[in-house]
Amino acid sequence: MFIYLLKRVLSVLPVLFLVSVFVFLMLRLTPGDPAAIIAGDNATPETLAAIRDAMGLNEPLLTQYASWITGILGGDFGNSLISGVPVLDLVAQRVGPSISLALMTIIIAIFVAIPMGVIAAWRHRSWIDYLVMSFSVLGFSVPVFLVGYVLLLIFSVQLGWLPPQGFKPIADGLGPFLERAILPALTLASIYIALIARMTRAAMLDVLNEDYIRTARAKGVGEQRLLFVHALKNAAVPIVTIVGAGFALLISGVVVTETIFNIPGIGRLTVDAVLARDYPVIQALILLTATLYVLINLAIDMSYSLFDPRIRY
Amino acid sequence: MKLRDNDFSAAPTVLEIRDLVVGIAGRAGLPPVLKGVSFDIRRGETVCLVGESGSGKSVTSLSTMGLLPKDALAVISGQIRLNGQDLLALSPGQMKQRRAKDLAMIFQEPMTALNPVMKVGAQITEVLDLHTSLGAAEKRARVIDIMKQVHLPDVERIFESYPHQLSGGQRQRIMIAMALILEPSLLIADEPTTALDVTTQKQILSLIAELQARHGTAVLFITHDMGVVAEIADRVCVMRHGEILETGTIRQVLEQPRHDYAQALLSAVPSLVPRVSRPDAVAAPVLVAKGLGKTYRSGSLLGRKSEVRASYDVGFDLKPGRTLGIVGESGSGKTTVARSIMRLIEPTEGQILLDGDDIAHLSSSQMKPRRRKLQVVFQDPYRSLNPRWTIAQSLTEGPLNYGVPYAEAIAEAKRLLGVISLPEDALRRYPHQFSGGQRQRIAIARAVMLRPDVLVADEAVSALDVSVQAQVLDLLDELQRQTGIAIVFITHDLRVAAQICDDVLVMQRGAVVEQGPAGRVLHDPQHEYTRALIAAAPGRFWDFAARKPLVA
Amino acid sequence: MAIDRSAADKPFLLRLLSGISPRSTGLGPFIAAFMLLAVIGLTVFSPWIATHDPLAMDPLMRLKPPSEAHLLGTDGYGRDLFSRMILGGRISLMIGVCAAVVALGLGILIGLLAGYFRAADAVIMRAMDALMAMPSILIAIALVALNGPSIGSVVMAITIPEIPRVVRLVRSVVLTVREEPYVEAATALGSSTAKILFRHLLPNTMAPMIVQGTYIIASAILTEALLSFLGAGISTEIPTWGNIMAEGRQFFRITPGIILWPGLLLTICVLSINLIGDAARDGLDPRMKKREA
Repeated sequence: MFIYLLKRVLSVLPVLFLVSVFVFLMLRLTPGDPAAIIAGDNATPETLAAIRDAMGLNEPLLTQYASWITGILGGDFGNSLISGVPVLDLVAQRVGPSISLALMTIIIAIFVAIPMGVIAAWRHRSWIDYLVMSFSVLGFSVPVFLVGYVLLLIFSVQLGWLPPQGFKPIADGLGPFLERAILPALTLASIYIALIARMTRAAMLDVLNEDYIRTARAKGVGEQRLLFVHALKNAAVPIVTIVGAGFALLISGVVVTETIFNIPGIGRLTVDAVLARDYPVIQALILLTATLYVLINLAIDMSYSLFDPRIRY
Repeated sequence: MKLRDNDFSAAPTVLEIRDLVVGIAGRAGLPPVLKGVSFDIRRGETVCLVGESGSGKSVTSLSTMGLLPKDALAVISGQIRLNGQDLLALSPGQMKQRRAKDLAMIFQEPMTALNPVMKVGAQITEVLDLHTSLGAAEKRARVIDIMKQVHLPDVERIFESYPHQLSGGQRQRIMIAMALILEPSLLIADEPTTALDVTTQKQILSLIAELQARHGTAVLFITHDMGVVAEIADRVCVMRHGEILETGTIRQVLEQPRHDYAQALLSAVPSLVPRVSRPDAVAAPVLVAKGLGKTYRSGSLLGRKSEVRASYDVGFDLKPGRTLGIVGESGSGKTTVARSIMRLIEPTEGQILLDGDDIAHLSSSQMKPRRRKLQVVFQDPYRSLNPRWTIAQSLTEGPLNYGVPYAEAIAEAKRLLGVISLPEDALRRYPHQFSGGQRQRIAIARAVMLRPDVLVADEAVSALDVSVQAQVLDLLDELQRQTGIAIVFITHDLRVAAQICDDVLVMQRGAVVEQGPAGRVLHDPQHEYTRALIAAAPGRFWDFAARKPLVA
Repeated sequence: MAIDRSAADKPFLLRLLSGISPRSTGLGPFIAAFMLLAVIGLTVFSPWIATHDPLAMDPLMRLKPPSEAHLLGTDGYGRDLFSRMILGGRISLMIGVCAAVVALGLGILIGLLAGYFRAADAVIMRAMDALMAMPSILIAIALVALNGPSIGSVVMAITIPEIPRVVRLVRSVVLTVREEPYVEAATALGSSTAKILFRHLLPNTMAPMIVQGTYIIASAILTEALLSFLGAGISTEIPTWGNIMAEGRQFFRITPGIILWPGLLLTICVLSINLIGDAARDGLDPRMKKREA
């Protein structure tokens, strides 16, 4: 068991290493001089040379990578080119709103999507199945920002029920927080619900076809118990997996949603950094989110044995 | 052992099926799947529904349980009366109440029929939760009691086990315990032993008979295996294409079958009496195995190393024109031996001499020229041919690899189609247009296109119905007589081995426990395991083709 | 009871054709196909359908509501929204198709290698895991930001994050199919590795790849819009659905139509591609069919 855990934790190291290589090369191997990109259009040759020297661009690639990664491992992601603030501090300032938004989204999504998927599978090929499936395909097909704008248009512009934009932390009270967070969370949840409902339905359809479901029916088990006791636990592994894989979707959703609703989170930081070509910030954000993604999926992997006794470590 | 001979005329009728017609749901135009099936089962009686695939025997049992797949099949007319009450008139809720209490069912696949994420004790207890209002302690006592009745060892531990921690036989015992805990008057058993090894099958069959005698249960037993029928049936219904062609006591049906189909079915059952052995050839052996073994090793930097000896110390020699049978139950290592000989895997020890050259460790390029001498036929006819290729493409694949001109290859393909009794236009068709038996014959033709010296047949007839099985065995026999090919025949079925093999090699847990001429091994087995295997062969006291008991 | 596997055995084109008929799938996919054809027709023939020059500005006609002259009104520079929308669709669709072709081509090649050669497998799959771990939108934004806002760099930015998914899919098909008896029989018949890879294994990946291809087109169109919307897309001089909507952001409260109309057309387009993909998948997946039988 311990050995397995250790092996599993160690197995993410090569992935993280490769991520760091990609992120590093992304900046170095793109056409054009990174120093010129960083210095901006109006830099003098002297500034360029100074930047090139400061970045160690005259060193061999391997040396450059080594010094870069050593810095990062020591917690030094460099300073923002725009504000000069250490990147990690920037991220720390902005992480709160994004996390509360993401958690709220995941809770909404799970409580809405799983029952949707279960019922759709149970009533396979009925109107309710078609309804769930239509919603889910639509969720994949509408750009997230369009959902956001339509919600804004209806609930704050037309009906005036909710404040249009901005963010208040939970510390300021649940009411003000929810008032501002509900539209972004719903926007973000739309695609997540589509994803989870679709996977739940597919996994349940597979399970409902299994022999042991027939056995349960032969015992006289009722439909509700059949679905939520016998079938759902068997379908749990793919559902939990998609919740983890969907985290990537959540990230891109956060970027867009925060832009629309003007929330000062990680997403806004990303967009601002891209528009300002603030490379240390971009690199750090990609590295950090990728690490988070890998760790979340590691945790999900480990959780499989809770649902399925056949998976033992 | 002999045929059952009980008189049930005084016993009350438990199940009465009258003119049951089942059709495809929502398609009134199509012919029904069951075309008016009628039969009775009395208290304590076992009725066997026997037939080949597609005969409608499982549809009959699922209709009785009310478990027909909702959108696919529906009862059109007829009656199913259990203890006098028509089940078809009940609402779904009422039917749910009856299940497990009055009628219960066990299924073919014990591996998949239990919920993998629930402890088996809880799965049996669930039946009591649903249908009784007993207290927790009382329920547990009842469950422990039924688990003892089905002869499970170490009941307390198994109660807390998950299905994957149990063997196939144990799981099927759990299924039986679950089915019988409320002492239903009818037990439906749908091929309950087909997925089990013969020795386990024998135990399960006698368990069902024992519990039936104790509780007076009426049993509807569905099987395709005439051997099993001979062991357990009081009465037999022979089915084909959704109709019962013949009904009678077991003795009537086995001794004097009236319907042509019943007669053909019985005649196709291979006899356990070994065929007359052929004179040993004088030629040099074409294939020799010496000390052959395969050990799977796994392990990494951190994990402990683990070793599985799939097979070890296997040795034999095979002369042209002869057939060697490798017999064993699942996990005996027989397929590992076949795959080693074929060099689909590399053995870890020993030699394989093909025409005197050791091929055990050759690289794939060194193997290539030798592969044409060594061909294979697999078990599953549905997966043996590339579904996207025409029969012509499949048949000519081998010759074209070895530079045979296309015209020559296609001419040979046409000739072989004649041998396997398929029309020439089969060349342009795709595998899905053929039945399982036809596909298996095509796979055999593909294997002999290269005129190999050795043919390895890995359970090549196990997936086929018994009448089709007979045709394929005949085809192999004829090819052998025409070409003098040597055959390695891997099988779990002693009847098949007795019919086709000159020599037999019996394997258990990776090792050869006995080998020798088929007549000697099957008639006068020396090893305990071989004896157990033969003793477990169902219906071994009866000669089906001759319609009389076997005189040993 | 023998399992009827006939559906699984048919060549996939036959399966596709027999799987998609109004009786088995309902009318959905046919309506979707009709909608998609309409969108394609509208965009491909946009130079002839457009009522105005999509690039011609008119300071006097800024942000006008729909009228007889301007079907859907005008944008912040007084350009005709309808004409811009159908021309923009043309570029968005083209980007989607290019991304799908490139992602499938590279993905199939890498996937075949990973699935068949154990030595290559570990390295390739770790690299794919690493690519999957980086949020696709972040890589895309970064790549466009670095390489400049050309169509080529946008296509590349959309394609790279899609490749790991294709590789995984192809690899899983290869790993399953290489265990099939007919592939082992081919080895026994002396077929070369190349022949097994390209004649036996590759055709099995085609059906899932067609389905995957439709999903990639759909997701590429969405990603392009997202990139432009965030200001990291194709240069704003070229009208694409994303660019038109991005420009509409600042006028959202006055004329929401600038976002809503292109958004609606994009949604219809992506929705119908997804629906067709789903129908193709259901038609090709024999297990889905078996459930009905």
